[in-house]
Amino acid sequence: MASNSSSAQQRLRIIAGHLQKRPEEENASVAAQECKAEAPRSEPSSATPVPRRRQEIMKWNGWGYSDSRFLFNKKGQAEFTGKRYRLSGLILPSLKDWFEGTFGANLQHRSPATPSLNLSAVAPPHLNQPFVEDLKAAGLSVSHDPEDRVFRAHGHCLHEVFALREGRIGRVPDVVVWPSCHNDVEKIVELACKHNVCLIPYGGGTSVSSALECPREETRSIVSLDTSQMNRILWIDEKNLTAHVEAGIIGQDLERQLNERGYCTGHEPDSMEFSSLGGWVATRASGMKKNIYGNIEDLVVHIKMVTPRGVIEKSCLGPRMSTGPDIHHFILGSEGTLGVVTEVTLKIRPVPEYQKYGSVVFPNFQQGVACLREVARQRCAPASIRLMDNEQFQFGHALKPQVSSIFTSFLDGLKKFYITKFKGFDPHHLCVATLLFEGDRGKVLQHEKQVYDIAAKFGGLAAGEDNGQRGYMLTFVIAYLRDLGMDYYVIGESFETSVPWDRVLDLCRNVKERIVRECKERGVQFPPLSTCRVTQTYDAGACVYFYFAFNYRGLSDPVHIYEQVEHAAREEILANGGSLSHHHGVGKLRKEWMKASVSGVGLGMLKSVKEYVDPQNIFGNGNLL
Amino acid sequence: MASRALYSPRHPMLKKRDDFEDILEERRRSSDLRYALRCYTPTLYRGLVPCKASMLKSIVLQSDHLQYVIKQVSSESGESTEGVSEEASLILDEMAHCLQLSTIRFFAFTLSKAFKRLFRSVCVNEEGIQRLQQAVQEHPVVLLPSHRSYMDFLMMSYLLYTYDLPLPVIAAGMDFMSMKFVGEMLRMSGAFFIRRSFGGDKLYWAVFSEYVKTMLRNGYAPIEFFLEGTRSRTCKSLTPKTGLLNIVMEPFFKGELFDVNLVPVSISYERILEESLYARELLGIPKPKESTSGLLKARRVLSEDYGSMYVYFGHPVSVRSLAEGKINRSQYNLLPRYIPQKPSADTHEFLSDAAFRLVRIQEENMVLKPWVLIATLLLQNPDGLDLSSLAEQTDWLRHLALAFGAFLDWPDHEACSEVVSCSLALHRHLLSVSAGHVQLSVTDVPQVETTPEEAVFHQAVVVLSCASYRNQILHVFLRPALLAMAMQSANSNRKDDVYNGFNFLRKVFSNEFILCPGDSVQDFEEACYLLMKRGVLQVLEHEIVMSASGHSTLAFLSSVLDPFLQGYQVVCRYLCEETNENLTEKEFIPAVRSFALKLILAGRLKCYEALSSDLQKNALAAFLRLKAVRKVKVGDQVTLKVNKVAVNSLEDILGGKIPTQKPILARL
Repeated sequence: MASNSSSAQQRLRIIAGHLQKRPEEENASVAAQECKAEAPRSEPSSATPVPRRRQEIMKWNGWGYSDSRFLFNKKGQAEFTGKRYRLSGLILPSLKDWFEGTFGANLQHRSPATPSLNLSAVAPPHLNQPFVEDLKAAGLSVSHDPEDRVFRAHGHCLHEVFALREGRIGRVPDVVVWPSCHNDVEKIVELACKHNVCLIPYGGGTSVSSALECPREETRSIVSLDTSQMNRILWIDEKNLTAHVEAGIIGQDLERQLNERGYCTGHEPDSMEFSSLGGWVATRASGMKKNIYGNIEDLVVHIKMVTPRGVIEKSCLGPRMSTGPDIHHFILGSEGTLGVVTEVTLKIRPVPEYQKYGSVVFPNFQQGVACLREVARQRCAPASIRLMDNEQFQFGHALKPQVSSIFTSFLDGLKKFYITKFKGFDPHHLCVATLLFEGDRGKVLQHEKQVYDIAAKFGGLAAGEDNGQRGYMLTFVIAYLRDLGMDYYVIGESFETSVPWDRVLDLCRNVKERIVRECKERGVQFPPLSTCRVTQTYDAGACVYFYFAFNYRGLSDPVHIYEQVEHAAREEILANGGSLSHHHGVGKLRKEWMKASVSGVGLGMLKSVKEYVDPQNIFGNGNLL
Repeated sequence: MASRALYSPRHPMLKKRDDFEDILEERRRSSDLRYALRCYTPTLYRGLVPCKASMLKSIVLQSDHLQYVIKQVSSESGESTEGVSEEASLILDEMAHCLQLSTIRFFAFTLSKAFKRLFRSVCVNEEGIQRLQQAVQEHPVVLLPSHRSYMDFLMMSYLLYTYDLPLPVIAAGMDFMSMKFVGEMLRMSGAFFIRRSFGGDKLYWAVFSEYVKTMLRNGYAPIEFFLEGTRSRTCKSLTPKTGLLNIVMEPFFKGELFDVNLVPVSISYERILEESLYARELLGIPKPKESTSGLLKARRVLSEDYGSMYVYFGHPVSVRSLAEGKINRSQYNLLPRYIPQKPSADTHEFLSDAAFRLVRIQEENMVLKPWVLIATLLLQNPDGLDLSSLAEQTDWLRHLALAFGAFLDWPDHEACSEVVSCSLALHRHLLSVSAGHVQLSVTDVPQVETTPEEAVFHQAVVVLSCASYRNQILHVFLRPALLAMAMQSANSNRKDDVYNGFNFLRKVFSNEFILCPGDSVQDFEEACYLLMKRGVLQVLEHEIVMSASGHSTLAFLSSVLDPFLQGYQVVCRYLCEETNENLTEKEFIPAVRSFALKLILAGRLKCYEALSSDLQKNALAAFLRLKAVRKVKVGDQVTLKVNKVAVNSLEDILGGKIPTQKPILARL
């Protein structure tokens, strides 16, 4: 166990490393947050972390920041551009071989995206003039610029991004409006009701459930309500450890600003760089460190939402109430069908003193799952514990940056030799659990020992911090990697579920196999990448996350095939006792299974709430129900 | 996709049949000893969890499922859990196989010798073997051979050994266990033993099902069992049992396995070893209990010629594709999977449907020899036929059978008369041939005086033996024959009248033949299609008209089923005339038999097949199903209560006195 035997000095270095970490934040400007509600609206948008014109810093047809992307350079080596991330500017020597070997792809066969948005492909806006005029009269910031509208017409489902890359633009919102505070939202909703337009709330735009797609059958003017300018922390209450925050704030800004005050929420979904607080509430998001901090439903103390019927909120900040069914649970997961979440009171915690990554290698996936189950049984899960299967382990390995010295590469070789030859692990079966511990130092070290001891009972070997950290990095760059794949005829996506412990193994095996089989039956030439990891542990089960990607050369309608396979995979998940979604939500993508998932009566309940709250279907994004 | 093949209507002439290879050829050329000792490296399942037979037992005993049932049984009976566990362990010891390669090698050697003596050739479809090789690697495999002879499972293991395939574990009836040495030998060659009936015994069922499932889940070995449950004494396929099928499908239903491959295997014999044994059994001449000495006495069989044997490995049928859209697997989501769950109504229906279809695949892949055609003709002509006329009719029948999709192995480039005389030679013990005239007759009767009853039985043995060959081809003619019979009895040419008649007969005979429940429209259309194609019928929009040349074919077809019709009528008449109010289920068969015997002796009945207990049992089951008879439990006796009106009208309809009409059906 490398980490246990390391000296105190090494530990100090590790701590220092942690303090320097979060490179993705290095470049982000720390702008002083003024109360913009009172500020003149002409304030330049670049002063806020998320500008109104998102396209200025983010890709219009792919994931994330425009300056950050993977590419294969002239030498055929993969590199990651930009300066934002730890991987930025580094060469990833083994990615090419992995990529070509796994997908049967070839760097000669490119499928580049349309370089820029063809404005003529965007249909002219269908404006509800009186509504727009009333908005302007109320002093709200409005745009019907095609770029603004296209940017808000999609999330990050494969079919959405694929269409953009091909330059195909479907129905897009007719108007974008940026409220700056709760009152603005009230005004917008009131006007929307008055003029009967369709409102679609837009937070970070990271949806992967077709939730942001404009319904094809919608004939009214569609207005995208972008909450990004409602991004202030309104107050922090150190006595009760709560913060009251505007719902448009995105994850990284919320954490950074709280960190400056010595606090954090600890809510870190993989999309936290871009996703917003309101989006988390509306989709029942889950963060990777939920073992310490809880999922979004555990974190919220108070929610304010503007609906066509008026504002819904509780009257106090009591930590728990017995006042009938919790009205928060009508809001959590409502996916923009009932109203706009404007302000949220969240629990906050002091920034942990100490953080430590770790990893454990298991001889096979079965042993790994058994270990996670035991960790959950003993309720000693670290802040995060994830188990990657063999394919994902190899994927993670392919992202190893070029090693700087012969010594490190020698050490790597030695480690590999120890694990595969000396310990007899089969490199085609072994799998890795990545760990993240958090808390005060003494407890973290104690906790770490406890977890490694359990792991040892299941044949696990500690495999160092590096592997652990790289595992988490993978989740932040995976969406960038998808864009790289799409440059070379490879398409893919992720999806997730939650499932009781006793079915985890069967579900993982069956779903992966189903994917492989469906691809074969549909004429996909090369075996797909079909891999999973167990990403969250609960008392009664786990969350499982799948990656699925394949090489689509020779297929005439790859997206359709992709969708058919994903559909089949979802059926397989449901047949194996998995849930419809653990945290991605339902959107329009998984609507067809809602009734089977929550029963006819359950669906009826939700519908009657919708009918009462929004009889005109102003919030007509068509999600969920 | 497998399921598509399974459900597609038959297009017999289009289906390409695989080529066969005679495995004995190689055996006759090289050393059996070397063969028995050769290096055996079977292709294995890719998800195999390596485990020894002894490990298997402890896995089963410690399984959540069995532990759950043990606790349940213990709390219900008041016995301690240790006691119940002990009991479970004993059950498992009694049941478990202990497959050993050395025993297999022993069998490989001895069976090579025996098979070469018995059979001219043992033909296997090579492509089937290749498909199996593929299937074995992909998913756990269940082998489903037809069951006509004790030879079946020895032959299966022998073949799998020959082709370097994993050796199966075989579900066998407990009756083998009574053969001391042989039982143990079979156990060591992979047989595991199950009691014939254990209806209410929860613990037994749990041990048994967990044992089978564990082997399947771990990919321990292919599981082999007989869908028909027991050897068919008549060579007709038996109504399949679904219990074991449910057990092997459940791991898929519950998501424990991605898929299970079912491989139907059709084993056919040109001459069945147990031929006259079966006939005697059907006539109530008691069967000797399976014993080692009995088997040794059976050595006599080694000196005879049994012609060829055919084994056809069918296309693997994926349980997953079979269940697609039929089984909602999420019904298992709300209960921990170790808690036994009775199959739901739709699961039950699915199982039965699947079982029927699998048996039909077995039937369709059964290789038929020319003799079955000859046997069919000889049975229809009890007074015999001239050789020339026999050859002519056989040729006619051959073309009819081929047109209906029979898997007929007819020698190429040989004159029909040649083929006929070869067949007659092989089956000469059932025949008398004199002056160019062939007739079914008793050949090996001791010349001592026999009573008339004995004479009838001797003749019946010959007839039933012969019928067991005709029965092999019945599935080919069955649907058109039902249609022919329906047309005879219908009082009009109207399509719906004929269909009603067809449907009625289908209902009556659904214990007798393999008729998938719910397929009656499909069967009717298939029958119409085949006869139309043959130019026998014209099927118009509302009418079915016999064409001018169709008469002989229709007459032939309806006389194929005539023995069954007569047999059922005899049972009807018996039930009507029987005055005993307290007729028990046990007494039924002997009573019907002696009733039929009386009729035959009196010259009022010519049909010896009415003596067959199989037919009588099936008829009773049909009448119970049609509610013309019902069972009443009095003490520990089950008595039969006859609804004489209903039975009477059944007899009338069967006799063609009354055409089938809806109201009568409704009354039944």
